[in-house]
Amino acid sequence: MIRAADDELTIFERSKQGRRAFVPPSLDVPEQPLDKLLAPNLQRSDPARLPEVSEPEIVRHYNRLSKRNFDLDTGFYPLGSCTMKHNPRLHERIAALPGHAKLHPLQDPRRAQGALELMWRLQAALAEIAGLPHVSLQPSAGSHGELAGVLLTRAFHEHRGEHRTKVLTPDTAHGTNPATVTMAGYEVVKIGTDERGNVDLDDLRAHATDDVACLMLTNPSTLGLFETGIEEIARIVHSVGATLYYDGANLNAIMGICRPGDMGFDIVHFNLHKSFTQPHGGGGPGAGPIAVSERIEPYLPRPQVIRVQGSGNGSEPYYDLDYDRPKSIGRLRGFQGNYGVFVRSYAYIRSLGAAGLREVSEVAVLNANYLLARLRREGVLELLPAAYERLCMHEFVLSGAPMKHELQIRTLDLAKRLLDFGVHPPTVYFPLIVDEALLIEPTETETKETLDRFAEIVAEIMREAREDPEVARDAPYTTPVRRLDEAAAARRPVVRQRF
Amino acid sequence: VTRYTSVTDADRIEMLEAIGVESVEDLFADIPASLRLREPLALGAGMSEQEVFDELRALAARNVSTDDEVSFVGAGMYDHYIPALIDSIVLRSEFLTPYTPYQPEISQGGLQAMFEYQTAISELTGLPVSNASVYEGPSAVAAAGYVAKLARGRDRFVVSRGVHPHSREALSTLARAWGMEVVEAPLKDGVTELPVLDHGVSAIVVQQPNFLGAVEDVSSLADSAREAGALTICACDPLPLALLKPPGECGVDIAVGEGQTLGNRLDFGGPSFGFFAATEELLRRMPGRIAGETHDVEGKRGFVLTLQTREQHIRRERATSNICTAQALNALAGVIYLSWLGSRGIVELVELMLQRTAYARERLEAIDGVSLLHEQPVVREFAVSVEAPVERVIARCREQGINPGYSLARDYPELAGGLLVAITERRSRAEIDRLAETLAAAVAAERAGTELRA
Repeated sequence: MIRAADDELTIFERSKQGRRAFVPPSLDVPEQPLDKLLAPNLQRSDPARLPEVSEPEIVRHYNRLSKRNFDLDTGFYPLGSCTMKHNPRLHERIAALPGHAKLHPLQDPRRAQGALELMWRLQAALAEIAGLPHVSLQPSAGSHGELAGVLLTRAFHEHRGEHRTKVLTPDTAHGTNPATVTMAGYEVVKIGTDERGNVDLDDLRAHATDDVACLMLTNPSTLGLFETGIEEIARIVHSVGATLYYDGANLNAIMGICRPGDMGFDIVHFNLHKSFTQPHGGGGPGAGPIAVSERIEPYLPRPQVIRVQGSGNGSEPYYDLDYDRPKSIGRLRGFQGNYGVFVRSYAYIRSLGAAGLREVSEVAVLNANYLLARLRREGVLELLPAAYERLCMHEFVLSGAPMKHELQIRTLDLAKRLLDFGVHPPTVYFPLIVDEALLIEPTETETKETLDRFAEIVAEIMREAREDPEVARDAPYTTPVRRLDEAAAARRPVVRQRF
Repeated sequence: VTRYTSVTDADRIEMLEAIGVESVEDLFADIPASLRLREPLALGAGMSEQEVFDELRALAARNVSTDDEVSFVGAGMYDHYIPALIDSIVLRSEFLTPYTPYQPEISQGGLQAMFEYQTAISELTGLPVSNASVYEGPSAVAAAGYVAKLARGRDRFVVSRGVHPHSREALSTLARAWGMEVVEAPLKDGVTELPVLDHGVSAIVVQQPNFLGAVEDVSSLADSAREAGALTICACDPLPLALLKPPGECGVDIAVGEGQTLGNRLDFGGPSFGFFAATEELLRRMPGRIAGETHDVEGKRGFVLTLQTREQHIRRERATSNICTAQALNALAGVIYLSWLGSRGIVELVELMLQRTAYARERLEAIDGVSLLHEQPVVREFAVSVEAPVERVIARCREQGINPGYSLARDYPELAGGLLVAITERRSRAEIDRLAETLAAAVAAERAGTELRA
């Protein structure tokens, strides 16, 4: 049993019989014997051991817990492929309006016209951003959007009487891509990366056969590089009858600059919790809408939000849920998707407009390239070289391999030492093809001063390591806990409180 | 400059110079010119904060919320009271804005909350292990199906017709891709008819209470599944579990469900959270994040995301699921809500709903032209049959400010005139009386109208 200090007790450890925070509304109907309403064999014998605590204790407990979290509102979060941009507070106020927050998902569509219109307008905006005509908002997160996309691909091929078995993913892909492929019943075929960081076109050609259903691609890639051969990639993939899938994790680099649909992609997913400001919440909620081309549209999940032209002169259009979609892959989840997320993302798109969204991507790319240049000026890149010597898009990858050799500290140590400086570390050890990788995405909402400071901190940590690598190897020191034994946690999992 | 970016013109010049390019346009040189947009996106101009607020408030005003009518609609999401303390906690920046806790040293708040949440779900379901959340209810049923497919590898699911139609459909969507068959077990007298199972079944799926509100004999269903070597997946409503025999004690292998009722808003269907609990045997096949206890280098207790070798970012194509971002903030609301209720409070709350539901059921059954669809025990929802066109009856009630329930016509065409009525703790006796009177009048008016037309 590991002992915890008093201010680190769990809510269960604070429990004391007889305390309560909840007082029920009074019983205003004639009381019937419990056993008459529910036969004893259906009842539980022991109550669930939930905490017995008062309201002040709950508030204090979770407030204290909150102070043991780092968060985006407090500090810089250059977490590659995660797009940790500012979350406007306006969105929380709007999402909490009773007309949005207290709307039952099975309300008659005629009595939910505001919600359906918002969804319809968001669909139209996302379609425009993607350069594809049709959108389903239903998937719950990026990975769910991917699953929808691969299932759509399957339906598309099967309706043409084709049985395909493989899906191609680059070796730089997010783990969700190959995991999705397996979950959708396909076999993963990995495609290599060339020396410039692009998809290896020869490898792609060699694997593009008529049993390939789809290529899943992130563009800009997880190396933060735009696939310069994207038009040729699309040509190769389409020439064997496969679909081209766009993983939208890195959409923040190209909004209003270029569009996946114009590049030849058939299916795109969006991460509304990345590019479109839904707060990440410590691991969700998110939303993963998908945009698709005409040929994929018949298979979209149901129901779809549609606008119906009213009959007769001067009658207003109205919005409805269309369940009558005979070729649909069916539902992926309940109801209409994460509407509360749609409200926030729609507010964001309305706030920025076309010019603002383009500025977002321009500044995201400017900030990333500036940070890379600034790190170079600090001399950091001598031991943390850029994995590819190119202009980057909204993020870039450094390799910690020379640093590990020269300074005897690993990327992990650098990451942990950054915590002592009040900075969230970049994504580490991803993409897998770069040794000791650091994937750095500053986002457009950070100031130049923040980027300057980050570059100086990294330089400072490396200077410090040159003198004494132990400092970084034992870091962090200032955090609520120090390095944790993850191996022990996995060896003998303790995943709930023991009483 | 947009209001969310802060690069000044002077900054831009300095930054471009440091990079060594002339213009921002040059940074996009890798994008083939043929692909670059020459026109702005057709999204219109940006707006001030005030204008955006007004526009989205106007949209909200065109929705009829549970503040605007007395609603008896449930069918998977319920109009429960949400205590004020939940907002005050989940809106704190430290919970609202962090990423997934991959850096545990600076994420102990979120990780410990996950551990507490897992404990609460484990207690409610009577199963030893819970993950930290999945998307929501119906997709959780599909996720459980995937675990059963991996664990058993047989080509069929047997799914009760009492399972939420959205859950059945979400499972079928995936089962098709897995080449698996979904066979429906029919309802008899409102509950699942015990199916005859052979050894080709990976799992049976039931719901507790079922979609028609009936409490199922889950133990018997789980017994027959076990005899056939199949897993039992139980989709359950977490609040009634305060009174009902927990799935774990009934022999259920995987309990999943919709967590909205635990302190989360209706939000027109999401975001809420799904929960996923299972037997020890299935721990290493579970989807999603799991927080686990460990210690730091100084021996201090701490929490980490554990068993990550199940997950997509480590195991890739061999992962037990593709899930990444789930519903951490909603699950946090869930554990705060369960702490607010406490072990006695949750029983008191559910007993109150049980009593009021029994009262409402008697009141509605007494109406001329309304009968019970089944007589099974219920907790907070029940189904009646209306001897009049149900959609028209509903419309008449709405004119009186009462939304009497959910029509079963789309999902259960065989249950003619079916209406599903939910009684949460927010529905008082006075409101139930109003429902009974309004429904009686609506049914009578419709029947009179029908007779007139006849």
